[in-house]
Amino acid sequence: MADVALNPSTAEPAAKAVDRASVLRGFRLGDLAFFNLTRGAALLVLVLLGGVIVALIAGALPALQTFGFGFVTSQSWNPVTEKFGALAPIYGTLVTSLIAMLIAVPVGLGIAIFLTELCPPVLRRPIGIAVELLAGIPSIIYGIWGLFVFAPFLQQTLQPFLISVFGNIPILSSVFAGPPYGIGVLTAGLILAIMVLPFITSISRDVFETVPPVLKEAAYGVGCTTWEVVRNVVIPYTRVGVIGGVMLGLGRALGETMAVTFVIGNAHKISASILQPGTTISATIANEFTEAVGDLYTSSLIALGLLLFVITFVVLAFARLMLLRLEKQQGK
Amino acid sequence: MKFQSLIAAASIAAVGFATLSFAAEISGAGASFPYPVYAKWAEAYRKDAGVSLNYQSIGSGGGIKQIKARTVTFGASDAPLKGEELEKDGLIQFPMVMGGIVPVLNLEGVQPGQLVLDGPTLAKIFLGDIKTWDDAAIKALNAGVTLPSTAIAVVRRSDGSGTTFNFTDYLSKVSPDWKSKVGSATAVEWPVGLGAKGNEGVAANVAQTKGSIGYVEYAYAKQNKLTHAKMKNKDGKVVGPETKTFQAAAANADWSSVPGFGVILTDEPGADSWPITAATFILMHKKPQDPASAAEALKFFNWAYARGATLADDLDYIPMPEKVVGLVKKEWVQVVDANGKPVMPSASN
Repeated sequence: MADVALNPSTAEPAAKAVDRASVLRGFRLGDLAFFNLTRGAALLVLVLLGGVIVALIAGALPALQTFGFGFVTSQSWNPVTEKFGALAPIYGTLVTSLIAMLIAVPVGLGIAIFLTELCPPVLRRPIGIAVELLAGIPSIIYGIWGLFVFAPFLQQTLQPFLISVFGNIPILSSVFAGPPYGIGVLTAGLILAIMVLPFITSISRDVFETVPPVLKEAAYGVGCTTWEVVRNVVIPYTRVGVIGGVMLGLGRALGETMAVTFVIGNAHKISASILQPGTTISATIANEFTEAVGDLYTSSLIALGLLLFVITFVVLAFARLMLLRLEKQQGK
Repeated sequence: MKFQSLIAAASIAAVGFATLSFAAEISGAGASFPYPVYAKWAEAYRKDAGVSLNYQSIGSGGGIKQIKARTVTFGASDAPLKGEELEKDGLIQFPMVMGGIVPVLNLEGVQPGQLVLDGPTLAKIFLGDIKTWDDAAIKALNAGVTLPSTAIAVVRRSDGSGTTFNFTDYLSKVSPDWKSKVGSATAVEWPVGLGAKGNEGVAANVAQTKGSIGYVEYAYAKQNKLTHAKMKNKDGKVVGPETKTFQAAAANADWSSVPGFGVILTDEPGADSWPITAATFILMHKKPQDPASAAEALKFFNWAYARGATLADDLDYIPMPEKVVGLVKKEWVQVVDANGKPVMPSASN
């Protein structure tokens, strides 16, 4: 673009040099401004993050000072006597997310593999769009659907079936102990699985598409089956991306609020059975924050928020660490 | 072009803001339970008097915080504040409208109003001591009703709420066991049951779950056509949930016994009193920073007591009895401006 200012037919040589210098200075200034603007945007994230952490810690301090470490080991949540312990919501958060990932990861990867490797081209777009539309459904809709349609359906079909099948097997009988309410930890996990599915699927599909065809063709050429190509070429090549997608899904599952509140039963209790009601950190906050009277109660709810922050952070850090070790093993 | 349309949009927005800020406005925040009736009153009052009311239904706890911080003209709370707390913050408190809390159930073969419960039995059900519908305690109250051996599924609120506050207050009054094990508050540590969000959540869960019992505001029981139970009240009489029995409870309460009308209308005496009635309260500063808007707010409340009754009735809320309204209006002279003059001298009309 600088050439425009150097059009020889317009000005005398001396003026040209001045022109050129000032134009170049203008460019430098523009670049500097651009650099500072983008840097400011990036720093803003750090400031926001820091602000959130500081606010959470300050808000949670009264509760943490009162209950100490007992806050994370006690199951009691009693607003009347103001004894608060976070174990039940922590447990519920982890178990519902675990159930969600156990279902959503294999199904999501399955969809992505089918779409990239096996799907007839006519179906590819409709299925892909349908999966992405799932991501667009607001979580409150999942909650309402879960409460009015999914939970009664589970109460009459899946839950009695699970109870009768596992009724006589020692440990599993307590994991699937009745009565079937329809709503409960399992239902929340299933709803979460549906909600995180699109994240895992679309990211996996996108990274699967980056595998160079020549690698796959070479594998097919030496007689690999589709399964072998996926297992030995596609997945190893895209591992980092796939794990990223799974982590994004997990992050959403850990923090999801509305849909879970509708179907989990909101009981501050740790039951051995996943058919019984439980609660999660975000559901507890959403339920109780508006009417929480008293500083200790409010502070305990903020402390729950801080815990969720810490849990999410630990999970993501763990995922990074895992990726690093994988890359090291491969000698990259 | 784009720039011009931006300017146009900005100027429209500016004009919009300007008109908003010039219109007389009363601001309030707090309890969600009376929100539908406050909203309906606000709409009718704006047509009547040209003054608009902006009520944020953020929950009682939020309402109390907001009025203490003086960010609103009035706060609203389902649970009354104690006398010393009102004193400390220089607030007055008065009941605005009432509701009834009704046990609802879903049991095959049982018609609305057919089942009778009393306080101690209700407490045992919610404690998990009574586990099936054919328990001897329930049978004793319901001779002639066939009760199945279905397990009882307790449904209760998961969110903090004034409904829960009044319901657990009632159970604490009638059951020493409940009082010592659970107690009363806007949210408690429930021994059993499924938690559902809001009255609508409890109503939906009860409607869906066979063998369930829950408690909701009267309006939700009526509008969702749920099977309600009748209750045996303090005088040992069996009463059904209806406007008459709710008002009887309010009329029989001793309003002057507690500062700021902070009477909780549960387990009131009287042959006709519904045992779980609840009033919802308004909080205002005695020395408001903006006396003009405080006067507007009192005018609105005056109007609501006089003309809002039918609107409240339409929504299945219960208007305050005449006697109580008279007492409340006498308290209004306490709201004064900077010179100590009542902001609304003619409150007694």
